Amino acid sequence: MSYIFRHPDIVAVRFGEHLLLTFVSLAIALAIAFPLGVLAARRPRAGAITLGILNVIYTIPSLALLGILVAIFGLGTPTAIVALVAYAQMILVRNVAEGLRGVSPAALDAADGLGFTPFGRLVRVEIPLALPAIIGGIRIATVSLIGIATVAAWIDAGGLGALVFEGLHQDDPDKIVAGSLAAVVLALVADAVLRAAERWTAQAALSEVEG
Amino acid sequence: MASSASNIPSPTGGARIELRGVGVTYAGGTTAVRDVDLDIAAGEFAVFLGPSGSGKSTLLRTINRLIEPTSGTVLIDGVDVRTLDAVTLRRGIGYVIQAVGLFAHLTIGTNVGVVPALLGWDRARIARRVDELLALVRLDPATYRDRYPRQLSGGEQQRAGVARALAAEPRVLLMDEPFGAVDAIVRASLQDEIRRIHRDLGTTIVFVTHDVDEALRLADRVVVIAGGEIAQADTPARVLAAPANETVRSLVGIDAESRGFAVARPLLDREPR
Repeated sequence: MSYIFRHPDIVAVRFGEHLLLTFVSLAIALAIAFPLGVLAARRPRAGAITLGILNVIYTIPSLALLGILVAIFGLGTPTAIVALVAYAQMILVRNVAEGLRGVSPAALDAADGLGFTPFGRLVRVEIPLALPAIIGGIRIATVSLIGIATVAAWIDAGGLGALVFEGLHQDDPDKIVAGSLAAVVLALVADAVLRAAERWTAQAALSEVEG
Repeated sequence: MASSASNIPSPTGGARIELRGVGVTYAGGTTAVRDVDLDIAAGEFAVFLGPSGSGKSTLLRTINRLIEPTSGTVLIDGVDVRTLDAVTLRRGIGYVIQAVGLFAHLTIGTNVGVVPALLGWDRARIARRVDELLALVRLDPATYRDRYPRQLSGGEQQRAGVARALAAEPRVLLMDEPFGAVDAIVRASLQDEIRRIHRDLGTTIVFVTHDVDEALRLADRVVVIAGGEIAQADTPARVLAAPANETVRSLVGIDAESRGFAVARPLLDREPR
């Protein structure tokens, strides 16, 4: 514990790296997962195949996946980002697709009948109504990525995991505790913030309109 | 409620609808609608009456191209709807469904103003129009404008649904079992409202129902549909008095005489056309 107070600057830098690693990965992951999720919602068979593949990736142990990716891309942050993006896909695509499939058929029929374009319907009706499920996916993915990102220090991607690995090598439990604790706090804060966002959107969107 | 003379919308009039040999056969080979010919006059209140699975909703949905006929032509004011962009066409046609389909994440005001927003009206004009429409369906604008759909009763939601459908001054209003999910008392008051709105605006209304009393009560002309075909298209009084065939007779029922009372009252209330 005392390490945090002796070297707040170092912990802060690692914390920043961790945050950046997580959110850059998440942003890229979302950019890929959105179209895949829409596809999965529109075409159930293609969706099932996509999710099957993503599920296989999700089950590869993180150290094994990092090892494979290092062999291809080398050490460093970009390789870690590739791994984190790959892990997040299963959760994000699944939740985007489930959220879109859960939108009430009445809202879709009304949107079509009133003259929304297919894209307009997606952006202004379907995604807003699916938002609670989508944010739920982002929350689970974020918490997972914060955890997996600690392992990424093993391939020189920095972050709070670097403190943990250094602590292990230097036999410095204080450092291990500092790194772990900061990662846990980050995960808890991210979880709480996104949980609030999920509730807030659910209030508006999930209240099914009764006939 | 608060509807001063100034915020009652002016009559927009109705469009003429012609169905010419319209047929709908699904990819699986099932035929839902078979060679339907029907002229609906400008400003007419036409009610498609039939049991579920008779093809009445399918026929309705060919008018705004939610379903494309596999044969025949739909004309609105003489224009083949296939020559129009489907999205543009639908923005000019009101659409009300049984499940209402209000957008749960938007306020009632935004829901009602959604088609004007799609059409690119400016904010002030949309706001004015929304208040005008809420007053038209007797939802006090100040009370309901900023509420969310879940805060309204079923009947109030459908009033908002009707307001939304009328927002861009459509000359055709399509209503697919719009009052099927509300209780009898609310249904009766909604039926009164839609008759009044029809009288005030002169919009051509095509209304689908399986409820015989509702059809007789609302229609200028009842179009009885069975097995994807028109069994009879005539005034409520004549459908009751002279059913064209056994199908119609069994649909309007053996108690046709008692139904006569249901028809008589609104007929007497109705203003001369």
